[in-house]
Amino acid sequence: MEILGTLWSTFFDLESMRAALPELLRVGLRNTLVLALFSAVIGTVLGMALAVCGLSRSRWLRWPARVWTDVFRGLPAAVTILLIGVGLAPVGLEIWGPNPYPLGILALSLIASAYIGEIFRSGIQSVDAGQLEAARALGFSRPAGMWLVVIPQGVRRVLPALVNQFIALIKESSLVYFLGLLASQRDLFRIGQDAAANTGNESALVLAGLFYLAITVPLTHAVNAIDRRLREGRRADGADHDQDPDLPPVALTQEAH
Amino acid sequence: MSTTSTSPTATALEGVSVATRDVHLAFGSNRVLRGIDLDVEAATTACVIGPSGSGKSTLLRVVNRLLEPDRGDVLLAGRSVLADNPDDLRQRVGMVFQHFNLFPHKSVRANITLGLTRLRGLSKDEAAERAMHHLDRVGLAHKADVRPGTLSGGQQQRVAIARALAMEPEVMLFDEATSALDPELVKGVLSTMADLAAGGMTMLVVTHEMGFARSVAGQVLFMDQGRVVESGSPERIFEAPESDRLRQFLSQVL
Repeated sequence: MEILGTLWSTFFDLESMRAALPELLRVGLRNTLVLALFSAVIGTVLGMALAVCGLSRSRWLRWPARVWTDVFRGLPAAVTILLIGVGLAPVGLEIWGPNPYPLGILALSLIASAYIGEIFRSGIQSVDAGQLEAARALGFSRPAGMWLVVIPQGVRRVLPALVNQFIALIKESSLVYFLGLLASQRDLFRIGQDAAANTGNESALVLAGLFYLAITVPLTHAVNAIDRRLREGRRADGADHDQDPDLPPVALTQEAH
Repeated sequence: MSTTSTSPTATALEGVSVATRDVHLAFGSNRVLRGIDLDVEAATTACVIGPSGSGKSTLLRVVNRLLEPDRGDVLLAGRSVLADNPDDLRQRVGMVFQHFNLFPHKSVRANITLGLTRLRGLSKDEAAERAMHHLDRVGLAHKADVRPGTLSGGQQQRVAIARALAMEPEVMLFDEATSALDPELVKGVLSTMADLAAGGMTMLVVTHEMGFARSVAGQVLFMDQGRVVESGSPERIFEAPESDRLRQFLSQVL
């Protein structure tokens, strides 16, 4: 009983949570969302570029895309974040001063782009080759056909995988704490972790975890909803069959002689 | 819905002549086309028949340069098109595919307006108006706002024909346009094609519909192993085949 009570107060001490709540809300949540949103946008744009390059007929585009993808997908996120965040810090200092966020976002974007690029590539490749052929038969160039016809369909098919990647990104954003954050720069994880370290009680970190869940769980369900809609949307809703009242009198079909 | 069929075609789509001269094309060691000479006069229909793998579909794709020939020439209205920009050429040549290849993420109307606004430079209103005109001609104006996936195969193929016609092509290519359709849907598509032929379009039609070839084509070409083995009027081809291969083919399909 004693032990259970101790465990309970270690994780669910309301007083500790209440103490951490204002900072989590005002500072941590904002910073986590900033990190995740910016790197999601940049990662998506870079990922699309990677996918297009990866599908190019030119090996000078395909190869760099391949290497980029292998490197940033293959490295542990912590390594990428440290290498970029610390390694490029002198350059960053010149450009925007001692703020670790731009480089943190850059590192997260690079990691995300590798995964998102592969997601887009598989989606684009899953589109029937007849679609590009039809676009080109109308007179569209290959790039125009890809952009107007193939890519929109490919992206639609991988929306669930894309949202999954955004969820991973929200969680990975906590790794920017490696770069050393000022009090006002701390994200959800860091604030929870600092409070836990200061008080010897994990409750603030549990609360930070609940914040993450509050963002990621709805997204997970959104994924499922998107998935369901895509599936059902593809089913023909009551295809009515050709019944033309005015067919010509000539029989044009198979008439053996 | 006043539509298609027996009524004379509203807007004349004037076709031009199509010809190929000694066209060769190989995929690696596979020689798919081995010297094709083809002459389709303006405003006539030529049907290409033959066993699968004979190079029929490949020939169509050489005419609009979705595939580039290794050797030989392609002529539209008597002029070689191989030096032209292939994208410009394809705007002059409409193509209809076996599997329709409508854009499933766009409405029926948007399938048609896409090329009109982006390639023909029509305004949105002009494009929509022209799309509705061509949908009406194939009897599907009431389906303008739905996605192609909700239509039957026959309706989808007629939308695909309307999409090609809206670009006001000078030649139409049909690649087994009814092969993927349920039997009861074939008729509607063939009658749309027959209307178009009667309206003065030049058509090159790869088909397994011998009835259509008989009643609509001015000329029938029998291809086998990358060559035109026999060609002539439908009567000649169907009533008096000369080669064993054609006789054998006809005995299998008729």
